[in-house]
Amino acid sequence: MWAPEGGIGLGYKEVPVLANAQIAENVYSMLVQMDDDIGPGQFYMLRRPDSTVLLPRAISVCDSAQGKVRFVYELLGEGTKGFSRLRPGDRLCVNGPLGNSYPVGELRGRVALVGGSSGIAPFLYTARVLRERGLEADAFAGFAAQSFLGEDLREVADRVHIATESGAEGHKGLVTDLLEPAAYGTVLVCGPRGLMRAVVERCLAVGTRVYLSMEAKMACGMGACLVCSCAGADGKNRRACKDGPIFRGEEIDFDA
Amino acid sequence: MTLKTTLCGIELKNPLLMASGTFGFGEEFSEYFDLSLLGGICSKGLTLHPKEGNPGVRMMETPAGMLNSVGLQNPGVEHFIRQELPRMRSYGTAVIANLGGDSVEEYIRGAELLGGAGVDMLELNISCPNVKKGGAAFGIRADIAREVVHKVRRAYRGLMMVKLSPNAEDIVEMALACQEAGADALSLINTLKGMSIDVYTRRPVFRNVSAGLSGPAIRPVALRMVYDVVGAVKIPVVGLGGIQCAMDVLEFIMAGATAVQIGTANFVRPHIALEILRDLEKFMADNGISSLEEIRGAAQIK
Repeated sequence: MWAPEGGIGLGYKEVPVLANAQIAENVYSMLVQMDDDIGPGQFYMLRRPDSTVLLPRAISVCDSAQGKVRFVYELLGEGTKGFSRLRPGDRLCVNGPLGNSYPVGELRGRVALVGGSSGIAPFLYTARVLRERGLEADAFAGFAAQSFLGEDLREVADRVHIATESGAEGHKGLVTDLLEPAAYGTVLVCGPRGLMRAVVERCLAVGTRVYLSMEAKMACGMGACLVCSCAGADGKNRRACKDGPIFRGEEIDFDA
Repeated sequence: MTLKTTLCGIELKNPLLMASGTFGFGEEFSEYFDLSLLGGICSKGLTLHPKEGNPGVRMMETPAGMLNSVGLQNPGVEHFIRQELPRMRSYGTAVIANLGGDSVEEYIRGAELLGGAGVDMLELNISCPNVKKGGAAFGIRADIAREVVHKVRRAYRGLMMVKLSPNAEDIVEMALACQEAGADALSLINTLKGMSIDVYTRRPVFRNVSAGLSGPAIRPVALRMVYDVVGAVKIPVVGLGGIQCAMDVLEFIMAGATAVQIGTANFVRPHIALEILRDLEKFMADNGISSLEEIRGAAQIK
């Protein structure tokens, strides 16, 4: 009586973990088995069935192919620590895919994908989708010291530029040092607020279209709780989960 | 066996109401399950005028709970009546409009507008801890609550439930004051006032400093308050605070609650109310209970 046709919850399910391994300091890559129609930039709310934390965690899709979805996540607290202890065969509760996605159909010209640290994660799948549509895409990935996903990106992006603040790999400095916004038709950026702000400002200054992926703590991930609100340039709030996570650069008020 | 529940004469399909602020206006959840299976939905907290809510960080998870500082972000009463209510009505479940405010005048005007709108019940929120003036103060002192409830009572003819704050000076005195002022029912508890400090910036996490604590962490406090209030008032009491599963619902019913509200748990799993209903039916079947009437208030020690 309480289970609608096709099971409870359209986007809610329990899926098996296929692999879960550390790929850099404090960064893990987890592969789960599920076949969803995912847009680039979308995310899932993830929760262990036996979770010791109350709320699910919002994690972006890093890659998706052949009935498998990959999440690359940074250990930031108890929730993500719990994910890191999942082993192949364990189960994971997922709700999604959620949120909007990069409007790949509207993108024109060369596309730059700019990611800071784990903000690079959604650009693997994004680059794959752009390539399928015949668009040229270059990835710019910035890290503090240790890079990750560089090899994976090289398979799906046209050029991959790496910067590390420590100089351990690639350009020594910020990833924004490498980016020439005027050389691109569109720039997509995901990462720390300071990086997103800098990239948005530089793109808008030269008239390059720019989209960002907003990160915020979420409780529901579905648009109901209103805790992930971010201030819009028009003074109205946006829900990072439901109105976003992807926004046009000029839509967001970084000073709020 | 039946879960049917009568609240102030309204026939509910079951005793599960979705708590204000945790279910929006239902739309997001309607993508996940058939909302007609619910007892009812309490709307996102409304104010007379639209509100953008609080700036800055709005949520921190805590052990077995969460702090929120949303600050009653909502589209306003008129937008609700025009845009949200017709859709809410179409779900086939009871619709309760939750109304907050910064001043007595705002409460009165909001209640007047909702009066002709066709909601099943008004839930008067005198207990939001996240708005600087108004709401919270009304919920703390019984004499102030009595005045606002009395004035809204005169402006609103329909059924009116008053949502109480656990931050009240004395929850029983508060409940009695609201009953005397004309409340048809009481719902409790709203969130507990708490805070969090960022040890790196050495500043409070929330710009309002304090925020509202919800989730299973507050359930025993809520249960005790519901138990005490049920023992003191004659009007129905709707219990809420950290309910996660059927066993939690049963505790509140046995404390004497007529119905319950599911809040923070909606964030954990969107269809959690359906799991609770399934498990309630199983508990009743396993224990030979044909109606919740048989166990309501069973734990009250006179």
